[in-house]
Amino acid sequence: MPPPEPVQQVKYRRDSALNTLVDSVPYAGFLGIVFERHGDELTAVLPYDAKLIGNPVLPALHGGVIASFLEVTAIIELSWAMLWDELESGRLTPEQMAASLPRLPKTIDFTVDYLRTGLPRDGYARARVNRSGRRYASVHVEAWQDNRARLFAQATGHFLMPQRGNG
Amino acid sequence: MAENTPQEFINALPFAGALGMRLEQIGDGRAQISMGWDPRFVGDPATGVIHGGAVSALMDTCSGAAVMSYPGALTTATIDLRIDYMRAATPGQRITARAECYHVTRRVAFVRATAHDEDSDNPVATASGAFTFDRREAP
Repeated sequence: MPPPEPVQQVKYRRDSALNTLVDSVPYAGFLGIVFERHGDELTAVLPYDAKLIGNPVLPALHGGVIASFLEVTAIIELSWAMLWDELESGRLTPEQMAASLPRLPKTIDFTVDYLRTGLPRDGYARARVNRSGRRYASVHVEAWQDNRARLFAQATGHFLMPQRGNG
Repeated sequence: MAENTPQEFINALPFAGALGMRLEQIGDGRAQISMGWDPRFVGDPATGVIHGGAVSALMDTCSGAAVMSYPGALTTATIDLRIDYMRAATPGQRITARAECYHVTRRVAFVRATAHDEDSDNPVATASGAFTFDRREAP
């Protein structure tokens, strides 16, 4: 059995691939969304910013910000899940990925439940790929602020997977 | 907020301003709002297509505006909103959303909306949603 891969090398590969993926989406940067990673688990973070407010009287996050945050989280999670095996097996390197960005899944439909007012503070979201076929995928996303158990929004979306020719 | 002019309604929403939304028509439970193409709103750099989330934000704002323009409306908030993406919006083109609040109960408003780019015959997306509805007491 070959010796285990040095931990720095594993982290470098995963983090640089994730950064390449997230940095490739301009709208995620516009909203200020960043991703934290533990192994293959991703948590999206939406740091509070005054421009994200919809109702300045309450004040509350704009419903469109919440929908955008959930959809960005779903697409990044789905892409990450799609690339993970190739990255871990070495068939795809972060350098190859940066040179030729992977095509992203396309949203077919997206339904958001607004459960509570989005407060003027940081938000967090995690997505779960419930079904991922060759062509279609179904993803569920949950978002919270102060308490993980008190969701302020959730969403389900369906996506068309990019056709990946020679991998 | 219902007392303000239509563009003031949009200007009062910081995120609508951040996306450069322009209110074009409003009244009687209907609204039309547009958003210009901007490289910062792109979802997939390989195509230059605007991110679905930005289209959602436009649809949500337009739907909320339609509810607020319904006679007697006081406040509203989105309960749920579903967006169906028919096709990619053409990069560089303005996206226009039209929303109609087609039914209200004492507490709930029902809205449908469509969005198109400069090809107004082929929608980019459609939406339907339920919104909270608070109305002014009858005098």
